[in-house]
Amino acid sequence: MFTAFLIKYAEIGIKGKNRYLFEDALIHQMKFALKKCEGRFLITKTQGRIFVEAEGEFDYDETVEHLQHVFGISGICPMIYAEDEGFEKLCDTVVKYMDDVYPDKNKTFKVNCRRARKNYPKDSMEVNADLGEAILNAYPEMTVDVHEPEILLNVEIREKIYIYSEIIPGPGGMPVGTGGKAMLLLSGGIDSPVAGYMIAKRGVKIDAVYFHAPPYTSERAKQKVVDLARLVSKYTGPIYLHVINFTDIQLYIHEKCPHEELTIIMRRYMMRIAEHIAKETGCLGLITGESIGQVASQTMSSLVATNEVCELPVYRPLIGFDKEEIVAVSKKIGTFETSILPFEDCCTIFVAKHPVTKPNVNIIRRHEHNLDDKIEELVKTALETDELIIVE
Amino acid sequence: MEVYLDNSATTRVFPEVAELMTKIMCEDYGNPSSLHMKGVQAESYLRYAKETLAKILKVNEKEIFFTSGGTESDNMALIGCALANSRRGKHIITTQIEHPAILKTCAYLESIGYRVTYLPVDACGRISLSDLQKAMCPDTILVSVMHTNNEIGALQPIAEAGALIKHMNPYTLFHVDAVQGFGKAKIYPKRMGIDLLSASGHKIHGPKGVGLLYIGERVKIQPLIYGGGQQMNLRSGTDNVPGAAGMARAAELLYEHYDEDMARLYRCKKYFMDGVRKIEGVQINGLLPDKPDGEGTAPHIVSVSVPGVRSEVLLHALEEKGIYVSAGSACSAHKPQPSATLKAIGVDKPLLESTIRFSFSVYTTPEELDYTLREMYDKIPMLRKFTRR
Repeated sequence: MFTAFLIKYAEIGIKGKNRYLFEDALIHQMKFALKKCEGRFLITKTQGRIFVEAEGEFDYDETVEHLQHVFGISGICPMIYAEDEGFEKLCDTVVKYMDDVYPDKNKTFKVNCRRARKNYPKDSMEVNADLGEAILNAYPEMTVDVHEPEILLNVEIREKIYIYSEIIPGPGGMPVGTGGKAMLLLSGGIDSPVAGYMIAKRGVKIDAVYFHAPPYTSERAKQKVVDLARLVSKYTGPIYLHVINFTDIQLYIHEKCPHEELTIIMRRYMMRIAEHIAKETGCLGLITGESIGQVASQTMSSLVATNEVCELPVYRPLIGFDKEEIVAVSKKIGTFETSILPFEDCCTIFVAKHPVTKPNVNIIRRHEHNLDDKIEELVKTALETDELIIVE
Repeated sequence: MEVYLDNSATTRVFPEVAELMTKIMCEDYGNPSSLHMKGVQAESYLRYAKETLAKILKVNEKEIFFTSGGTESDNMALIGCALANSRRGKHIITTQIEHPAILKTCAYLESIGYRVTYLPVDACGRISLSDLQKAMCPDTILVSVMHTNNEIGALQPIAEAGALIKHMNPYTLFHVDAVQGFGKAKIYPKRMGIDLLSASGHKIHGPKGVGLLYIGERVKIQPLIYGGGQQMNLRSGTDNVPGAAGMARAAELLYEHYDEDMARLYRCKKYFMDGVRKIEGVQINGLLPDKPDGEGTAPHIVSVSVPGVRSEVLLHALEEKGIYVSAGSACSAHKPQPSATLKAIGVDKPLLESTIRFSFSVYTTPEELDYTLREMYDKIPMLRKFTRR
C-alpha cells in the first residue's frame, strides 16, 4: 500500500552553507543502493526533505532493507501520496490509511499537518481538527491525545499530499564519500569488517588490503575475505580490495627474527605496506580492528610498536570495545557468520606459543635490522603482487 | 602440469559417458513414465542401465534402484530397513570408520529409539570377525559395513562377515557401503551374503547426482521418498535417465579392462609408496602389517602422514604446482577436525593434522607420480623449516 518514503537525516541538518553537498551525497548513495532493488524510483529534494517515490511496481521489504544500509539516513517513513482532489477526498484517504496501517483501533492519535502550499483553503490547525474529527467518526474506539499520542499522523500538503505515521530507524551517520577515504586492513576475522563499517558510518569511503600467504592460507580464506568485503560494501558502496602476497616477507621474518616478536614485526610490515598503498590511492588514514588487550599484538605497548611505522593516522574504532560488543555489531551488519568460517588467516599460522606482550620498541627496531639484506626487495616484490579486486 | 590425485573425492567423467548423456539430454529426453514413443525410448536407456549394472553385480535387474547418490543410498538402506523391520528388533551394528552418510544416519536412528553398536578397527582399519560375532544380538536387524575405507583404503572382510551374519541369523540384513569399492573390486552380493549395496556414479568416472542401491529381492524396506510411485514405489521421482545411463556406461567401461587396470593401479601404488618412503619420517597409514606393497588394501588410495607439516599447508603447496590432493578425506574439508578414521586406527595425535590422501584413477600415469614425488622432495624440507615453534 505504501508508494513513497520520506527520508529523515540527522546530522546533515545542522550543517551550514555546505549542507547541499551532504544532501547530494546522500541522494547519490541512495540511488546507488536502490539500483539493486526491483522497481524504478524517483528521488527528489525539496525544502530540507528527501522523498523517494516508487514509479509503478516495487518490492517494499527489499526497498526498506536497502535504504537501511545507507549511512546518513536516520529514519525512513513509508508514506502514501495522493493528488489534491478536495478535502472530502483527503478525509476518505486518511480514514482508509488508518484502517490499513492499524487494524487494532484501540489507540490514541494526533494529526499533525504541515501546509507547505500556503494557498490550500484550510490552514493547518483546521486540517488537524477536521481530519481528527473524520477519524473519530469512522473509528469511535480511537481517542485523541495531543501530548503523547501512540500514532502521530503526519499530513504534508505540497503539490501532492503526503501521509505517513511510521518511522523505521536508519543506520544514522553521514553519507559515504563526504569524509574522504581510508584504507582498511581486512583480515577475515570478526573485528576488521566491523571497524570498516564504523568508520564508513562517519561518511568515509573504504578501500581495503588483505595479506594473503599461500600455501599457508588457502584460496578459500581469500574468498572469505572477498565475501566479507562484499557484505561491508552493502553499506559502504564498492570497495577496492588489494590482495598482497605476504608469504616471502613472513618467511624471511620467521628466519631472521626472534620468534616471540614475529607477530609484531609482521604487523609493522603490514602497516608499512598498507600505508604505501593508501598514499598511492589517496587514502587519508588506515583502519584496523584492534581493541586494547584483546591479543598480544594489541596491548598498549604493542600498539606503540606497530603505530610508529606509519605517518598516516591509524583509526581504531573498536579500541574500547569488548569482544561481545564487537560480535553484536558484526551480527547486526551480517558479517559474523562469514567471519567465523574456519580458515586460517596470515596472522595465526606462525604465531608463537608465548608472543611478547610488552615489546620494547628499541629492541624491535634492532631486531628488524636483521632483515636489512633483503627486506626492501621483498616489500617491493610484495607490492608488485597487488591484485585489485573491485567488490560491490 | 596438472595432476589430479583426488579421485576418491570425485573423478573426471569419461568422454563416452558425457557423449551418451548429451545425446539423452538433447535428443532422447523423454520421461520413461510417458506413454508415447519418446517415453518408450527413454525407458530403453533405463533398462540398459539396470541390465548393465545388474550384470556387473551378478544380480537381478529388478534389484537395482537409482538414487541421487551414495548418501541417499546409505540413508535409504539404513532408515528404510530399520523402519520396515522394527518389529523384529531395534539393534544395528556398524563400524567406527564409516562415512558420515552412515554414521550420521545411525545417530538419527539412535535418536528415535534404535541401539547401534560401533565396531572398533585394528591398526590397519579392519574389523575383527570375533568382535562382530560378539556384537550380534537376537534383535540385530541390520549390519552395515563399508567395503573400502575412503580415507586409508582399508578393505573389510565382506564375504566372511556376510557368511558369519547369515550363519548366526538369516534374518539379519547386511548392508555394504561400496561407494569407494565399486569399480575397484569385484563385488557379488549374492555370493557374499550382501542384502543391500550402495554405490555412487561420480566416483567411477560417471556423473554426479546419481547413485545406486542394490536391494535383494527378499529385503523388507520402506521408501523414504513418496510421490509418483516410480521404481516399484520404493523411490518416487522422475527417473534420472541421463544419470542412470551415464553411471552404467562408466561402470561398463571400467569393468571392461578390470584386470589390467587393477594390476596397473597396484603397480602405481607400490611405486608411489616406495617413492614416498624416501622422505624422512613419513608414515603410510592402513597397510597390512606384512604387506608393505599395499596388498589387501584398495589399489587407489594412499594415506601419508608427514610429521612436521600441516596437511593443509602441504596441500596448498602442491596445489601451487598443479597437484590436487586431499587433506584426510575431502568430505572433511569443511569442518577441520581430526579424522575419526585416523583416530580409530590409532594414528599418533601430532600426525592427525599432518596426513594427506592421494587417490589414483585409471587416468593416473607414472609421469604424474614422478612429478608429484619430485615436488614433495622439493617442498617438504622447506615447509618443515617454517613451522610453529
